[in-house]
Amino acid sequence: MPETLKDTETTKDGTAAVPGPTAATMAASTKPEKARSLWSDAWHDLRRNPLFVASAILITILVVMAAFPQLFTGADPRYADLANHYLQKPNWSHVFKEDWFGYDVQGRSIYARVIHGARNSILVALVVTALVTVIGTATGMIAGYFGGLIDTLLSRVTDIFFAVPFTLGAMVVLTSFEERSVWVVILALAFLGWTQIARVARGSVLTIKQADYVMAAKALGASTSRILLRHILPNAIAPVIVVATISLGGYIGSEATLSFLGIGLAEPAVSWGVDISSGQEQLRNAAFVLIIPSIMVSITVLAFIMLGDAVRNALDPKLR
Amino acid sequence: MGRYVARRLLQMIPVFIGATLLVFCMMYALPGDPVRALAGEQAVDPAQIAAMKKDLGLDLPLWHQYWNYLTGLLHGDFGTQIASGQPVADIIADAFPITARLTFFAFAFTTVVGISMGIFAGMKADSARDRVLLMVTLLLISVPSFVLGFLGQYFFAFQLGWVQPNVSGEANWNELFLPAVVLGSLSLAYVARLTRTSIAENLRADYMRTATAKGLPRRRIIGVHLLRNSMIPVVTYLGTDIGALMGGAVVTEGIFNVKGVGWSVFGALKQREGATVVGIVTLIVVVYLVASLLVDLLYAVLDPRIRYA
Repeated sequence: MPETLKDTETTKDGTAAVPGPTAATMAASTKPEKARSLWSDAWHDLRRNPLFVASAILITILVVMAAFPQLFTGADPRYADLANHYLQKPNWSHVFKEDWFGYDVQGRSIYARVIHGARNSILVALVVTALVTVIGTATGMIAGYFGGLIDTLLSRVTDIFFAVPFTLGAMVVLTSFEERSVWVVILALAFLGWTQIARVARGSVLTIKQADYVMAAKALGASTSRILLRHILPNAIAPVIVVATISLGGYIGSEATLSFLGIGLAEPAVSWGVDISSGQEQLRNAAFVLIIPSIMVSITVLAFIMLGDAVRNALDPKLR
Repeated sequence: MGRYVARRLLQMIPVFIGATLLVFCMMYALPGDPVRALAGEQAVDPAQIAAMKKDLGLDLPLWHQYWNYLTGLLHGDFGTQIASGQPVADIIADAFPITARLTFFAFAFTTVVGISMGIFAGMKADSARDRVLLMVTLLLISVPSFVLGFLGQYFFAFQLGWVQPNVSGEANWNELFLPAVVLGSLSLAYVARLTRTSIAENLRADYMRTATAKGLPRRRIIGVHLLRNSMIPVVTYLGTDIGALMGGAVVTEGIFNVKGVGWSVFGALKQREGATVVGIVTLIVVVYLVASLLVDLLYAVLDPRIRYA
């Protein structure tokens, strides 16, 4: 993958409207128009991709849901009315009402719970991805750029962490904590999740450090940190962003899996995984208790995977 | 070739030691106390706990404990469970064949169905069937495996009555069918997508045109030339996937009540049975390492340009 991204060396159009971290990485030379940079080209592609538009809309809704659940429901996800609502069936015509998706075994509104459950999933996915991207990129860049003994050491450490199965390793870390807040879950996932990005970043840096502009910067006496941050990082980051975007969906699934197993988040935390876990006892007579939060997890993962696919298609010229 | 294998085996040693040390540290250095857990909620005499810890060697510094564990491991001693007094090696010997069977089943399913689906779609990129495959795989990737497990259980066991919801102690092949399909579904989607992309890319390659121009039969062009060249990324993925499948079996085994290593490790984690957890994770790490070595050797078979001196 990395060697396909050489075209970033050409003129950069710093004015391109790429949102988020990518915009900052390319503030360098501002030459008017001509050949578009990889980033503006990718953004140009993305806006026309229905897959991207659909996933972006979905993700926006989910993020708003995570930030302001009150906008979607006034019901309290923890309010349990066992007497009146024990396993009450969904009322499909009551769209956006408290009883839309029915009530769970404790008489709590499932609609309110899936809306409020978005926060933990989205928070875990975004923060873990941010953490693994920073850790992985730093490790990979240092290993790739300095080479030699440093590379051998860092690569072996990466191998070691990579060899430990992800879900199982996260379980081992998490069971050690009595109180498992969302931050503990985030740390456990980030602790084991950074290896893939480190490998990708290392490979990417290995090809880019041979480039003429890196040699030129060295010859001009640029400091190591300047070469790494201003010259190598912006040009090596594309494959990292692809992997990071794709992994977003995976972390949503991991959080749900761990919470489902009873070693991620736990009551009273509101989480889709916790709800699926408590719904499994009712699978035979009230499957909707399990199926509705499952659908929420799947839609969210789907949205992030589609985003990842779209970003990969836009950033990887080989696939065009 | 022999020298390459020897070098790779030697390189495995630090990774193996590092990975066991990592799991060992996660298990023992973090809070949580197996001896204390033995007593549950009751108050216990601290002196008694200290004596038990001394007995089990849990009072030694961490590096010493790890050293003892590693030397024991080299002698084939996986340690003993604290609560039951059962040797961990026995537990693994009981549980591992079941998980191995489940993993093998899932792996075979992934490989055969995934590659076939990928070829089927990749031969006609951007056709209707290709789009259907992409949609199906996207769905399989999005639905977490435990949800898929419950859905499978709900429809095939409770609604249709085709299979038993739980797997018996013997874990026969026919009982493992549904769990294996559920376990392998995520990998299936990735394998199908990788194969599809690889096939679609290689169809345009020069050697394909040459083979057609030479007048080779279509069966040979596709079966030998195209497939062999397209399998490299798929084989890479499959190699790292065996370890992931075994690790992922924790979830599947929990849903279908399969008494394999995932099931054992889950129980051991709750009771802070360090030796059992470290032993099983170590075993999975070894499986992963061996699988990735085999993959590297397979490269040379698939692509004769790759030679190992």
